[in-house]
Amino acid sequence: MAFDLKGILTPFAALSQGTKPPHTVKYPAEQKETAHRYRGMHHNDLEECIGCGTCSTICQNGAIDMIHIDGYETNNGDSGLRPRVDNGRCCWCALCVDVCPTGSLNLTSDYIYVTEDPDSFLWTPGVDNAKDGKEKLSWQSSEGKRLLDYERVPMKELEGTERVKSFAEVVLGYTEDEARKEADRCIACGICTDICPVHMHIPEYINAIARGEDDDAVRIIYDNNPLGEMCGKVCTRRCETTCAINHKGDPVAIRWLKEYVTARVKNADVIKEILNPDIAEPNGHSVGIIGAGPSGLTAAYYLALKGFDVTIYESKAHAGGMIMYGIPKYRLPLDSIDKQVDYMLSIGVKIKYNTKVGTDITFNELKEKHEAIMIGIGFEVPYPIGLTGEDAKGSIQAVNFLYNINSGINVDIGDKVAVIGGGNVAIDAARVSKRMGAEVTILYRRRVEDMPADWEEIEGAEHENVIIHPQAIPLEVISDENGKVTGVKYANAEMIADDKGGRPRPKIIEGDEHILPLTTLIGAIGQEADYSFIPDDIKEQIEISRGRIVVDENQATALPWLFATGDIANRQADAISAIADGYRAVKSIEKLLLKK
Amino acid sequence: MREKETTLYLGPQHPGITGNMMVKLKVAGDTIVKAETHVGYLHRAFEKLMENRTWTQCFPIVCRICVPEPDPNEENLARAIEEIEGREVPERAKYIRVMVLELARLASYQLWMGGQSGSMGLYTMPQWTVGDRDYILDLFEELTGGRIYHMYIWAGGVRRDLPDGLKGRVLNVLKYLENRLPDYDKLMFQNAMFRKRAEGVGIIPKEKAIEWGVVGSPLRGCGIKHDVRIDEPYEVYDKLEFEVPTHEGNDIWSRAMVRRQEIEQSISIIRQVLDKMPEGEYYNKIPNPLNWTIPAGDAFVKTESVRGEFGYYVVSDGSDKPRRVHVRGPAYVHGVTVLEEILKGANISDVSFIMNSLGTCPPEIER
Repeated sequence: MAFDLKGILTPFAALSQGTKPPHTVKYPAEQKETAHRYRGMHHNDLEECIGCGTCSTICQNGAIDMIHIDGYETNNGDSGLRPRVDNGRCCWCALCVDVCPTGSLNLTSDYIYVTEDPDSFLWTPGVDNAKDGKEKLSWQSSEGKRLLDYERVPMKELEGTERVKSFAEVVLGYTEDEARKEADRCIACGICTDICPVHMHIPEYINAIARGEDDDAVRIIYDNNPLGEMCGKVCTRRCETTCAINHKGDPVAIRWLKEYVTARVKNADVIKEILNPDIAEPNGHSVGIIGAGPSGLTAAYYLALKGFDVTIYESKAHAGGMIMYGIPKYRLPLDSIDKQVDYMLSIGVKIKYNTKVGTDITFNELKEKHEAIMIGIGFEVPYPIGLTGEDAKGSIQAVNFLYNINSGINVDIGDKVAVIGGGNVAIDAARVSKRMGAEVTILYRRRVEDMPADWEEIEGAEHENVIIHPQAIPLEVISDENGKVTGVKYANAEMIADDKGGRPRPKIIEGDEHILPLTTLIGAIGQEADYSFIPDDIKEQIEISRGRIVVDENQATALPWLFATGDIANRQADAISAIADGYRAVKSIEKLLLKK
Repeated sequence: MREKETTLYLGPQHPGITGNMMVKLKVAGDTIVKAETHVGYLHRAFEKLMENRTWTQCFPIVCRICVPEPDPNEENLARAIEEIEGREVPERAKYIRVMVLELARLASYQLWMGGQSGSMGLYTMPQWTVGDRDYILDLFEELTGGRIYHMYIWAGGVRRDLPDGLKGRVLNVLKYLENRLPDYDKLMFQNAMFRKRAEGVGIIPKEKAIEWGVVGSPLRGCGIKHDVRIDEPYEVYDKLEFEVPTHEGNDIWSRAMVRRQEIEQSISIIRQVLDKMPEGEYYNKIPNPLNWTIPAGDAFVKTESVRGEFGYYVVSDGSDKPRRVHVRGPAYVHGVTVLEEILKGANISDVSFIMNSLGTCPPEIER
């Protein structure tokens, strides 16, 4: 190469840069301002966080573990755990933030942390970096698209106008594709499992549905619930209210997924084929169960599997108890109940129908025949509404009304019906009346949001044009000269805040009284149990408090051979709690009789 | 008289390149007789690690395969998954991806200019280019939340949309970098010392280039026009106009000239991208990342990285984790086989210089 004078001289042009100010930040006097979505140290809003652990699941570095911290206990919908980040492993990819279902976990603009103590790299976000409360959130899940799917696959239902024409099932059920898609939304955090009275293996069976392994899902469901299909249709589903996804979106449709996977099993034989149950050899012990409701059926099923000789005494002609006679067929069709009960019969459960204990067989006879007895009779005796003129013709009780309708007995309700009450029974009675062609009004003392009924049921009633009249207090039943109901007098009420911090109470507005013309008045303000079949000497030895038999955590009464389950033993008064009771009673009975 | 041969160990601490590797040299005097590369200092088994991670969890890993230019890894993995799964990517996301890839190319060339000059003792240049590169990193920080590891491109699009006003700031940085080019030229490219050190050194014989598997600017420095962006366009490169510069010298000088011109091309590409970028979605959401499975299948995808053709072979067995991810990077060829070949007969003082000119990137060699 020739001598290149220009090439030697031009580099000296760089000297001109010497007079320009530097571009750098004068650390530590100055610190660099981070960008608004900078991925710095974690911050966790401990109140928002439910400890679902999804951050820990998605972390590819294994940098997050869930630990207990003071002040946060395990309760409904909160695992009581909070994430702790190992800043020595973290790569600040923020997948944990983008996947956080509650949005509590975010990254801050903090990026400098110097320590000589390697253990102090373990940070519990929200505890270790919240002391001055000055951290600036930067990378936030709310900014981008969430990684999780917050929208539920809608459930197809019959139109309101179609529904009231018949008792056809309202909910049409998921198709296979819909079920897979809905099941895929689950993050398997298991928060739901804790609140489910039975502690069903919810993430496991949903995951099986998502994988397309429906038979597996059925097997998982039957592990601790033999009435999965019933629950799939009518469960009160506390699981869904605590679902982690519920915090920012629609909860996973746990109930409908259970319905999908169990309802697709055609009959009892197919259930047996799928489950291929391992039935123990008869162990020579005999158990008698009073009442073929959810708790009785559950206990009978698992006892039979374990080789016990089980007989259920049922006063009515059909098994199911309240789920058979209390729940209208548009929610739970008869063939669904039959299928589930038939399968139980096929594995050795015996049911004596039309056998009322105390009438057809005495309690003491039962005591002679069986080593252990379990009572699961439910609440069947309605409370009177407590109004003058209540005994008029055409003033009936919802449980009796629903019993008659579900038994195929015709009830003449006329064309104007009022239902008093705000629970599920009231809504059921109203919707059934609507299907019988009546114009229906529900009178409820408090506000709609105070109604104990399931919101979906309330919504269903509204879609079917049931009129819900809240803050209406019935005063008197009005009847004609023949003693036939013609109307109900009620007063409108205003809500008064409770000084002691309780829920607001309704107070009658003086003079704001009205009469609602009626052909039938249906009372639905609650039920109680009839314990008249229990001999007095037994009653003396067990404790009955506020209408319920007192049991320990294993459903045992004060008498070692006597167990009580379902509505008569728990205050939840729903089917899933009854199933849980039945499942627990099995363990107690096994312990008692097999000395296990 | 024949010089006595001695063994000289160069490295493993950053012998003029990003990352750790060693070259064991047999030298006679100051002439290299034989060169043997030794790697193993940076092996993190990313390919294997990915087999135990869900598809989503692989994204934060792959960027580490090449520190100076992580984005082609993210883009390759995303595109491979999209190809197997048949997932559509919104048009806007494709433009954003190209912008990210080209900004990464610019940032990487800044590092290269610093390294190439530094390895011949011209230390002012790295002071400048590392500082100027930070302006690009500022843009990355604003867009992706991270300066070096962006973890931004993933299957279905990109993680976040452009922040308000980013386009203007990108244009400002481009303008700044463009104005700096004459400074770089005067200090480095027109520098007689650089020319003297670079011309005729580190020659890859043109007839051997393809046989050896040389790609990228080293191949274009042999006068062979090859660029994945043109030959097999991906994302939206087919909608953009740009030149593929080539030089005939086969040496370090030619490679440097190719890169110098590519800087201008990249600036032009980014401007076109900003101009043509449509409004709309930036991400076609994947299903629940905890359960996300990819249908069984495989895909080989490649990008034109700053070091050359950069490929990913991804195999899915239908599960929620990759069955196999194989990374085929140019640094493996350039930094091991080609390097060993062309160091023969070179001067000791040129080893780092040659390594740098090949784009040797140990984290990518070892993965």
